[in-house]
Amino acid sequence: MSMLVINDLHVEVDGKQVLKGLDLTVEAGQVHAIMGPNGSGKSTLAHVLAGRPGYEVTKGTVTYDGHDLLALEPEQRARKGFFLAFQYPIEIPGVGNLYFLRTAVNAGRKEHGLEELDAVDFLGLARAKMKLLGMPQGLIERSVNEGFSGGEKKKNEIFQMAMLEPRLAVLDETDSGLDIDALRTVAGGVNALRGPERAMVVITHYQRLLDYIVPDFVHVLSAGRIVESGGKELALELEKKGYGWVHESPEGAEAR
Amino acid sequence: MSKNQAFTELTQKEYQYGFSNDFAADEAPRGLSEDIVRLISSKKNEPAWLLEWRLKAYRQWLTMEEPTWPNVKYPKIDYQDIIYYSAPKPKAPAPGSLNEVDPEMRAMFDKLGISLREQERLSGIAVDAVVDSVSVATTFKDKLATMGVIFCSFSEAVREHPDLVKKYLGSVVPIGDNYFAALNSAVFSDGSFCFVPKGVRCPMELSTYFRINAADTGQFERTLIIAEDDSFVSYLEGCTAPMRDKNQLHAAVVELIALDRAEIKYSTVQNWYPGDKNGVGGIYNFVTKRGACRGRKSKISWTQVETGSAITWKYPSVLLMGDDSVGEFYSVAVVNNHQQADTGTKMMHIGKNTSSTIISKGISAGQGQNTYRGLVKIAKGAVGARNYSQCDSLLIGDKCGAHTFPYIEARHPFSQVEHEATTSKISDDQLFYCRQRGIGQEDAVSMIVNGFCKDVMKKLPMEFAVEAQKLLGVSLEGSVG
Repeated sequence: MSMLVINDLHVEVDGKQVLKGLDLTVEAGQVHAIMGPNGSGKSTLAHVLAGRPGYEVTKGTVTYDGHDLLALEPEQRARKGFFLAFQYPIEIPGVGNLYFLRTAVNAGRKEHGLEELDAVDFLGLARAKMKLLGMPQGLIERSVNEGFSGGEKKKNEIFQMAMLEPRLAVLDETDSGLDIDALRTVAGGVNALRGPERAMVVITHYQRLLDYIVPDFVHVLSAGRIVESGGKELALELEKKGYGWVHESPEGAEAR
Repeated sequence: MSKNQAFTELTQKEYQYGFSNDFAADEAPRGLSEDIVRLISSKKNEPAWLLEWRLKAYRQWLTMEEPTWPNVKYPKIDYQDIIYYSAPKPKAPAPGSLNEVDPEMRAMFDKLGISLREQERLSGIAVDAVVDSVSVATTFKDKLATMGVIFCSFSEAVREHPDLVKKYLGSVVPIGDNYFAALNSAVFSDGSFCFVPKGVRCPMELSTYFRINAADTGQFERTLIIAEDDSFVSYLEGCTAPMRDKNQLHAAVVELIALDRAEIKYSTVQNWYPGDKNGVGGIYNFVTKRGACRGRKSKISWTQVETGSAITWKYPSVLLMGDDSVGEFYSVAVVNNHQQADTGTKMMHIGKNTSSTIISKGISAGQGQNTYRGLVKIAKGAVGARNYSQCDSLLIGDKCGAHTFPYIEARHPFSQVEHEATTSKISDDQLFYCRQRGIGQEDAVSMIVNGFCKDVMKKLPMEFAVEAQKLLGVSLEGSVG
């Protein structure tokens, strides 16, 4: 059984059709990159998979591990192992990062009938993970994303992903706004989490990220549909020719 | 579950303490007159000076008008329709120890989560329990007495320590201070009294639980705390009441006196019945709380978590008279449904180099209206006075309101006053972020609210923080610094 099957997905945001018949199948162990110009629907795809309110599915289905993903509340999706690394992580003043994350991890553990982790065990686990990912320990002592730099926020997303150990992770422009060192740390973290049981969908504008996170498949999204799919060399070709190249298809023209 | 549903559920949790008990009660007739004042005084076998004091207050009250400046609305109170004295009838004459406390009464406190026995045995908190108009039990008295600390009901203090009571009663809140303070001075029935002698650090938290049980009664308690030179005391109060569909009046007066280098920390978790979701019933909580830092380098700190009452009207204040004295006010006030709160503080800088800190967190949900009202006054002689105020409001939903009225009067040029204020809403983005991590909507709202209140919650003594966190429907663990 495929982990994620998206079939003919149509999505409206504020009455405007953004996704117009998107198909995608992701198997466990695979890393898929989704590339495309601004406004092609990349972030919409990420948000609709996560269940963000305000995104209306008008047609199509999404199956995740055999479940009808679209029928689940956002928190249920998360507890079943779906993770979204946000393009713009949200600040929650006064709420400790570690406390936030432990609540999240325990919500998932509860769902799977596992014992909840106490503060001491969790702290140990978190410290070990941070070290493994080469991330600054200070992150866990602060409030969720409050006063974090852009790079720290993205690192925190990857740290959260590492702690939540999702089955399927969608990374929404995780590379945006990162300098080269931060990009390396983030990509290193992502690579450390690759495994045969886990799938990732990496959404990005630029080929640059894919030098560090080498995908198994690359898809080009344009005007709400996947118009081109291929191996990692497709990303290089895009880099050379620009997105104008895929816009030659009639659907692409419609987007402009 | 939609966001609004979650807000609704969080903010409309049923009041857990709404049961009432049928104790036989010794009640005064309805209404207020000189005779009633005399009756209350005689029921308590009070000395003549105290009766005179009450009568003076009563006569003054007659000449006063109910204040209309608070930002709250309620129908006119009929002061003749209130029962001013109600005492659960003791089966034995007066409880000398916990064993003699009416078992039914003990059962009530157990139900409230305040097991007097447990408190005595385990937690090391001395508790005075006040039901309706009288104190029913005080724990740990003997142990405290060996250190010279007096902790007892107000009535007992009048009997056993009349000189102390006479010296300090009304010295911080004069009988004619305001309408409700005058009313309280005339008809107060019981409360707690605490005296910490020179150089003693009170070894345990002192705590009073107030409970209104009888219907149609007002509760008018009086608390007086005196900390002599170089002493320290931490005092907690908690309050609950049954659900009744008529409003009940609670008009208390609290006076604190801190002498040289003494420190008083006073914490409140106020959970009087707030009325139902349509705004029917609930307690009118009209309270005067004031502390006087009389001594040099003395310190008074108020921490309050106000979640209950239909209407809250209170301004725990500090008179900073001694040089280098310190006043603090940390407050979380939550209103939901039709609750109204007009609360804040007054910091009166009189001595030199006095400093004060005000942190106020107002949370408004449902159709609640939350007002912060504060006064920072720096007198002519208060050279080097400093104040820092921070007033933050959090709105949940779109039918509630938050209002801020900070007043500043600085009469001395070498003083420093800072004021910061913010208003925010729980954003959809914050909620979605939490939910995407697997945290349910209700827990997410609680978590965000709790984060917002963190600066105040961490000022509460541990035992109370637990209760306060429950009240906010939140687990504090880990999120508090």
